[in-house]
Amino acid sequence: MAKQVGLSRELMALRVANEIPDGSYVNLGIGIPTLVSNWIEGRDIILESEIGMLNTGPLAEGEQIDQDLINASCQPVTELRGTCYFSTCESFVMIRGGYMDVAVLGALQVSEKGDLASWNIPSSGRGKIGNIGGSMDLAVGAKKLIALTEHTNAKEEFKIMKRCSYPITAKGCVDLIVTNLAMIEVTKEGLLLKEVAPGLTPKDVQAVTEPKLTISPELKEIEF
Amino acid sequence: MDKVYASTDEAVADVFDGASVALGGFFHAGSPAYLIRALAKQGAKNLTIITQSIGIGNWEVNLLINNHQVRKTICNYPFFRSASRLSPFEVQFRAGKVECEVYPLGTFIEKLRAGGAGIAGFYTPTGAGTLVAEGKECRVFDGREYLLELALKPDFAFIHAYMADRLGNIVFHKTAQNYNPEMAKAAKITIAEVENLVEVGELDPNHIHLPGIYIQRVVKVEKLQIDVTIEQPPKDAYVDIKAGEDLI
Repeated sequence: MAKQVGLSRELMALRVANEIPDGSYVNLGIGIPTLVSNWIEGRDIILESEIGMLNTGPLAEGEQIDQDLINASCQPVTELRGTCYFSTCESFVMIRGGYMDVAVLGALQVSEKGDLASWNIPSSGRGKIGNIGGSMDLAVGAKKLIALTEHTNAKEEFKIMKRCSYPITAKGCVDLIVTNLAMIEVTKEGLLLKEVAPGLTPKDVQAVTEPKLTISPELKEIEF
Repeated sequence: MDKVYASTDEAVADVFDGASVALGGFFHAGSPAYLIRALAKQGAKNLTIITQSIGIGNWEVNLLINNHQVRKTICNYPFFRSASRLSPFEVQFRAGKVECEVYPLGTFIEKLRAGGAGIAGFYTPTGAGTLVAEGKECRVFDGREYLLELALKPDFAFIHAYMADRLGNIVFHKTAQNYNPEMAKAAKITIAEVENLVEVGELDPNHIHLPGIYIQRVVKVEKLQIDVTIEQPPKDAYVDIKAGEDLI
């Protein structure tokens, strides 16, 4: 497979931010999804953190750091006007109960049916145990799930696959895949290629994607 | 009904060999560090430890691990993110010396909520069709798969709070609340270490997060100054091994 570079992680996050409508409650997973928070200032979007916080502010630095105020990735964060705190149990009432409009999660693999694998690499030596975190609850509970990931892994193997070879997080949960190379919608008929990174062709994207991509009649370059 | 104990040592003295102990806190936030230290000193063995992460952020848990006091852990986030960085717990886990059950976060806390609320179990869609479903009853409601998960009822819970009165009415601070309320409700005996202890009547009744009925013992502790990051752990909290692939 020829290596394609495509978008930076910051621009991948910006493409996702542009996909989230104003008025949304949003949960951002660990890894690249966290970067989406850099693009929502001034937007009418409320970030939830699994630990038990709504209206989570930007990362705290220096004097702002409060050891009692962290997000679910153990990063110190700040309050915004309208922040509220609650128990983690309450937090998962919101998540599993269907109150999250959008969840953005990282992915190890996504299948053409929208299965997500994000918590366990069988070769890691950790067996069937892993850091599940809130991923499985978010995957079943969010109204819309966006998988935000590099298109291929560090060994340049497929991450978008016919079937996930790693243990899955949830079946058929992914609605949209945003990568450094493309934006792909998961539909009942399979994967629909809607946007490609500037300078790339659908053929370039197909070459690094295992399942067959259907090309949208409205296919365009990713714009910002 | 004064629930205040003079010291953490006295508060944990009756934790017995084979007990299950829930430890509140999400990484370091709201972790009952002083009570964990007291339990390490007390020395009870064959413990089942129920907590979010095991010696990640809540570094004091490593005292229990290194003392070989822990037989089993029930948790949500057992490992460092990188599979090439092993905690003392992971070293023992890989050697088969300690058992580990891991649950999705929402399931983990709901098991405790159920335990505290007199519910034997519940059906959740989380984990259906995954490794988490292995060996569990699966039922379909309205065309969707759900797993049966059972309640957790620990013998003890250790929690950390910002403030309490002598009746055990509790006020938490920011995201240090996290698991602490449900663990307190689930356990037979709950011990709260608190940064501020006030007399009965001094808390605003409108602003109590957790009613004292769930709390059996209260101990005043000093606020611990914690380095927030888990990216640079204390030197004795990890070993790095070769290879390994970072998750996501």
